[in-house]
Amino acid sequence: MRVYKGKSVFGGTAVGKICVYQKDEQQVRRVKVEDTQKEKDRYHSASETAMEQLRALYEKALKEVGEHNAAVFEVHQMMLEDDDFIESVENIIELQEVNAEYAVAVTGENFAQVFAAMDDEYMRGRAADVKDISERLLAVLSGKGTGGIQGEEPVIVLADDLAPSETVQMDKDKVLSFVTVHGSLNSHTAILARTMGIPALVGTDIPLDGIVDGKLAIVDGANGCIYVEPDEDTVAEMLERKNKEEEKKRLLQTLKGKKNITLDGQEVMLYANIGNIKDLAMVIQNDAGGIGLFRSEFIYLEADDFPDEEEQFQIYKKVAETMAGKRVIIRTLDIGADKKCDYFKMEAEENPALGCRAIRICLTRPEIFKTQLRALLRASAFGNIAVMYPMITSLWEIRRIKEIVEEVKKELEEQCIEYGNPDQGVMIETPASVMISGELAKEVDFFSIGTNDLTQYTLAIDRQNPKLDEFYDSHHPAVLEMIRMVTENAHKAGIWAGICGELEADLQLTREFLAMGVDELSVSPKQILPIRKIVLETDVSEYIRNR
Amino acid sequence: MKEFTYIITDPEGIHARPAGELVKAAKSYKCSIKLTKDGKSGDCKKIFGIMGLAVKSGNEVTITLDGEDEDEAFAGIREFMERNL
Repeated sequence: MRVYKGKSVFGGTAVGKICVYQKDEQQVRRVKVEDTQKEKDRYHSASETAMEQLRALYEKALKEVGEHNAAVFEVHQMMLEDDDFIESVENIIELQEVNAEYAVAVTGENFAQVFAAMDDEYMRGRAADVKDISERLLAVLSGKGTGGIQGEEPVIVLADDLAPSETVQMDKDKVLSFVTVHGSLNSHTAILARTMGIPALVGTDIPLDGIVDGKLAIVDGANGCIYVEPDEDTVAEMLERKNKEEEKKRLLQTLKGKKNITLDGQEVMLYANIGNIKDLAMVIQNDAGGIGLFRSEFIYLEADDFPDEEEQFQIYKKVAETMAGKRVIIRTLDIGADKKCDYFKMEAEENPALGCRAIRICLTRPEIFKTQLRALLRASAFGNIAVMYPMITSLWEIRRIKEIVEEVKKELEEQCIEYGNPDQGVMIETPASVMISGELAKEVDFFSIGTNDLTQYTLAIDRQNPKLDEFYDSHHPAVLEMIRMVTENAHKAGIWAGICGELEADLQLTREFLAMGVDELSVSPKQILPIRKIVLETDVSEYIRNR
Repeated sequence: MKEFTYIITDPEGIHARPAGELVKAAKSYKCSIKLTKDGKSGDCKKIFGIMGLAVKSGNEVTITLDGEDEDEAFAGIREFMERNL
């Protein structure tokens, strides 16, 4: 048995075989073409996309692994830009009248062979870099994503690191656990694992090779470690714990159908956060009172091009109908920072977290925003939809948004298309919006406090940076005071205030939030029943007296 | 045209990362910049050309510069090599 340590993201237990996550190998066919110019154009545009991906990767790597290790992505960019490489691809297309894929594959092979033939071991290793860029180009050319899990059996996915988009695209039924070598507790991948209730470890000191691939392992979320080829005693102990966890889950199920009301009669709305329409079943199973945060950007992240109005409308309508009159709060697209979409063609930024993201994209590119609003307004006719706007910092933004909403309504009216009038709310996630919450409250129907970003912006700590985990205090008094202040300002203006974010999953704070008078708590579906249990057992006035 | 010779002292030779930095430095000049080792040369503005020479620690290389800003590049590239390679 070998034991590897990591940081635990979700405290469950998983038993199964390890699958080392690999990027897909591309299959290339040689196809004769007539229009060689078209193939060259395809190659050049793929090359541009690949450059953008590499620039983004470089930025990400710079933050996570430092300049020294990030430099490899700069070298990859130079390889893509290298005249000899470009010439070779163009020549093959032109002279052999073949497709761009074939020309890229052959060029990659040839250049890799030059390195592979060298007598220097280090340089031989560079053949892998050449392969990497040609694989990247081929992935772009074929329009396929990279990576995937093979086989039918659910596995423990082991990877160097996982991009949010990679985590999102994996078939959740086949994933028992995520274990990554890199990544931080607050990365999106970690948050996703928590949302899915999947035991996960990040920052794990484990080799990614044949020594562990395919081997039986146990992920011990409680102790933050993974046992590879565990001995019998460990298996027995872990299976017993796993059974206990499942028993506890069953007990929680008995809380279904009960009202969320404290011993002294304070009622709170318990909603679910979801990132995908596939999560709807979990929402129903766990008896959520509504959806407090539907992360609509996942529709964008999973697509290869802008999702059109009809496509979005069908998704929102389905969610609204499934929830049958219960409130569904849909957050408008929150792309940017670490959530990137190639087809948005965003310029690389020094500080993406402080850059063009969320509502800033919507207000600078209203055509994208209007498509989503049209879909949302139309879907509102089929259920109880509320719309929430992320990353608000100024009063004028919400006023401008409301103008755009009115314009969209007018257009729909003129086109005789049926629509509803959803409630509109602001996601409070910047310190600025906290300070002006008194004014903002007069403009909207509700507030939802996004604690992840609010904590990151208040503490000035990048939540993607694993080295800062010790400084990232999600119980920081500054953040708690902000939540209290926002709730108070909301009530003064006669609107309700909720909290959505990982902080709410922190059961220690549930009582504190009840004492502040927070009206709604939105958590990942699996957290609803544990929180209901706390609500039912709490006497808020007694808690206030004793704190 | 200007020329200088230099003996590589970096224990790893001109491997991927320094090659990338050399290309970046060379690209900031207009003149042509060539690196020659054992009679084989590569264009300093092309990463494959430089990496393809597999320059190791202790190798003597010749840098040849030709073009309008060759004086400036001569000083700049020599300084770069002394500092990094």
